[in-house]
Amino acid sequence: MRQLQSLCLRYWINSRRGPNRTAPTAVQLFPFKSAELDFKEKLLVRDDAKLASGKIAIFQYAAVTIFLFLIAGFWRLQVQDVEMYREAADKNRIKSLPLPAPRGKILDRDGRVIVENHSTFSAILSRSSFKDEHLPAIADGLNLDLEELRARLKRFKNQPSYQTIFIKEGLSAGEIAFVESHNDPDTFPELELIHSQKRLYPQDGLAAHVIGYVGEVSEQELNLPEFAQYNQGDLVGKAGIERQYNDSLMGVDGQRSVVVDYKGQIQQVLSRKDEVPGKTLQMTIDLDLQAVAELAMEGRRGAVVALDPRTGEVLAMVSSPSYDPNKFAGHIRQSDWLQITSNPDNPLLNRAIQAQLAPGSTFKPLVAMAGLETGIIDENTTFHCAGGGTFYGRYTKCHSTHGNISLRRAIAQSCDVYFYSLGDKLGIDNIAKYAEEAGLGLETGIDLPGEKRGINPSTKWKARTQRAKWFAGETISAAIGQGALTVTPIQLAAAIGGMANGGIWQKPHLVKEQAHVEAARKADWHPDHILSVVAGMYGVVNEGGTATIAHLPGIEFCGKTGTAQLVSNEYLKKNKTRIVKDNAWFVGFAPRQNPEIAIVALFEAGEHGKDASTIARDVVKVYFDKKARIKQPAQIAALPFARRMN
Amino acid sequence: MAEYRRLRDLDWAMLVLALIICLVGTLQIYSATHSTNFRDASWKQIVYVVTGLLLMWFIMSIDYHTLLGQVPLLYVVMIALLIATFLIGTKVMGGRRWLALPMGFRFQVSEFAKLVLVLLVARYLTELKGDTLEVWDLIRLIGLIGLPMVLVMKQPDLGTSLTYLPILAAGIFLAGIRWQYVVFFVLLAAIILPVGWMFLQPYQKARITTWADPYADPHGSGYQIIQSKIAVGHGGMWGRGVTQGTQTQLRFLPVPHTDFIFSTFAEEHGFVGVVILLGLYFLLLMQVVQNAQTAPDRAGMYICMGVASVLLFHILVNVGMVVGQMPVTGIPLPLLSSGGSNMWSMFLMLGLVNNVRLRRFVN
Repeated sequence: MRQLQSLCLRYWINSRRGPNRTAPTAVQLFPFKSAELDFKEKLLVRDDAKLASGKIAIFQYAAVTIFLFLIAGFWRLQVQDVEMYREAADKNRIKSLPLPAPRGKILDRDGRVIVENHSTFSAILSRSSFKDEHLPAIADGLNLDLEELRARLKRFKNQPSYQTIFIKEGLSAGEIAFVESHNDPDTFPELELIHSQKRLYPQDGLAAHVIGYVGEVSEQELNLPEFAQYNQGDLVGKAGIERQYNDSLMGVDGQRSVVVDYKGQIQQVLSRKDEVPGKTLQMTIDLDLQAVAELAMEGRRGAVVALDPRTGEVLAMVSSPSYDPNKFAGHIRQSDWLQITSNPDNPLLNRAIQAQLAPGSTFKPLVAMAGLETGIIDENTTFHCAGGGTFYGRYTKCHSTHGNISLRRAIAQSCDVYFYSLGDKLGIDNIAKYAEEAGLGLETGIDLPGEKRGINPSTKWKARTQRAKWFAGETISAAIGQGALTVTPIQLAAAIGGMANGGIWQKPHLVKEQAHVEAARKADWHPDHILSVVAGMYGVVNEGGTATIAHLPGIEFCGKTGTAQLVSNEYLKKNKTRIVKDNAWFVGFAPRQNPEIAIVALFEAGEHGKDASTIARDVVKVYFDKKARIKQPAQIAALPFARRMN
Repeated sequence: MAEYRRLRDLDWAMLVLALIICLVGTLQIYSATHSTNFRDASWKQIVYVVTGLLLMWFIMSIDYHTLLGQVPLLYVVMIALLIATFLIGTKVMGGRRWLALPMGFRFQVSEFAKLVLVLLVARYLTELKGDTLEVWDLIRLIGLIGLPMVLVMKQPDLGTSLTYLPILAAGIFLAGIRWQYVVFFVLLAAIILPVGWMFLQPYQKARITTWADPYADPHGSGYQIIQSKIAVGHGGMWGRGVTQGTQTQLRFLPVPHTDFIFSTFAEEHGFVGVVILLGLYFLLLMQVVQNAQTAPDRAGMYICMGVASVLLFHILVNVGMVVGQMPVTGIPLPLLSSGGSNMWSMFLMLGLVNNVRLRRFVN
């Protein structure tokens, strides 16, 4: 084989042999001898190597050029544009992650938790590495609606690009896995997983209207001075206490600068600005009372407000129907929102402070006060009730025939004729004056957003709003709490509570530690006059009055029922098909002297005031039951302190 | 006295330069891999260098004329091995480029093909009669080089197959070519390139378009080149320091110990380091060229210049790739990149140069 090969090669070489070629002499320098040495001697080599020296020089110049070209490239990157690439390298490895501050907890007056947070994982988008074509896959992986997500990103268009966008809160295990397995640089580098806190509200909508809910700040809100300090995407209180005390509840978000590797895994924490958690808020609400009031209102439309007239602390506030604020916590779904807002009963309305309705007969104690204070009547003045009466050409019925009736019985039996006659004598402006002293037609100033003020009609009011003269006939209906007169439940509770408190009206509030306690409003009402009215209200519950059903043994519970027409008779005539039931009211307080609790119950379409009184009764009963129960433990709790003193 | 002359006559300057570069490379491989799964790569590299030196010794000891005499045999073996690689090679990342050896070693035939082609060109051109290449000489030579190129391209390994071109180009240039042929080849290339574009694999096309504009696909085909440029720029004038390059250490830079090793070197040692290292390469190259100038005969000159052209081409393409001046081709940087076949073929080529040098006083 070898011989054959060498033969071929020899032939090949020989065929090319030129005249000038000489065979080089082989000199063996190496310890082992080549097997092919004999062949080498026959290999003809041109020895004019120097011929190529000019070309080798050209090669050298080319090499110099290439090296200079390469060095120029490094010069550009490492010296000229060094800042640009340093930034790019930092952007690669340094990420800024938000540390969301947990919102403050909300407690009841005994320190029981009403609202707290629970830990969740949220998906956020970092827009510096965002790519639009990733969106469908991300929306799919996180079970988000693509259009909603797009709309959401659009809203952030004008925000600086370092700001991350929350796209989903409360991720499920599967969604967390999706984010973790896709947020590497090759798939969706814009996707981040962060730990965050989600608001947890009572499940059944307990105290929903008082507490409110949080939501992402809207574009309209960002233009308001109240929200000026927030950014797109921030979660802020949207209603109730959450909104009123948003600044204190919210805390300040922290930030973490971390070094990540190419997979986005955190290698090192560079700097950390700790989040400042929101402050815990203690409310004046008593969960026991609140729960009972909620239960009593279940399936009914209306409101309950219970407050301590001595301090203005609101003990319970219910508006029914309620809603589940957890659906709002964070980012509400379009469908949930529609379902809540399209409900004709309007669950979002806080009836306790926003329902402006005719108070009906619950207004009578204030008319009586006006009568006594102006001296038009005294406690023994009687009017004759013949089951009705004609005032200004119109005959109006009383619900019963009371005969000669004095103030005390007139309140207890809720005689309309008595108050028609008294109102007629007083005139609207006298009624309005004392009603305003009690706070009607004015905001109570409770620490909740969106409070309504109702209407306390007077001649001035009519001239101002309707540019018309007041008709004396209108006074007749106003005297029994109908007509133009409207109140909110909180107004009524505060008004009657303050009256029973001796004409001292404390500002109602829901949070214990007020920044500044406003001085109470006072009226120079004679204590005897107040006692006379209170006596009538005591009769309502305890002496065979309209709310005997609300009697509580051992508790001096006083009150006044009301059955208020929702619409005028004229309206009813026009809309014959629709049955509009009367609203049932009850306003009360207990005990008779130095009342500790004032309460109002509004039962819309409840038809009879006594049906509202039972709701109030249940709440008041719980209040006193609880008071009796905690007397003992309070003394025991004082013992260790006493021992320490020794 | 044979021993003594042999040692003294070795090109010590070239050898020392090569070993310094290998040392820098080993340290850089350590820095790039000390916290990864490849952390034993620097030890392997030392083994490769030592075995490379042995291979160099071995090839030095066979007179290069003898080697030239065996070119046809070597060529046939090379083609056979390339075909074998294509048929039974180990598949790594979509290409059959390796022949498996015992003990887990792998052997990249296409790297050693360079060596054979350097010898082939040297011999072929030496035996020409005239001072310039005739048409048929040229076509035969192109055919001889073209066959292994096509085989390697089919693996597919475009980068390595392209490294055969400088051997051909340098040979033709040195042998002398008529300017008419040059014009003809330029025109031919102008026609072939657009046609050849159609035959490229999608990923190969992407490499070319990425080279033009890496930011067209920053997370896809442009990722490597963007990260490499960031790494180089991040190094600045003085570098981030050994094991301090964030692009390298946090592994934003892909394959930092092989094809992109110069990028990690640039990040950690800065512009100053780059100039020094490129200076070492330049001196090494010039040393090889000097051996070409002092070669005893034309064959020796062709061998040295073939090695020089391969070395220069590797440096241009790999280092140029790191700074975005050249498209990503995936060819290693000789003596610096981690890897055995490349290291051995480079030491074998330096061995050829020494082989020529040792015989320069003969005749």
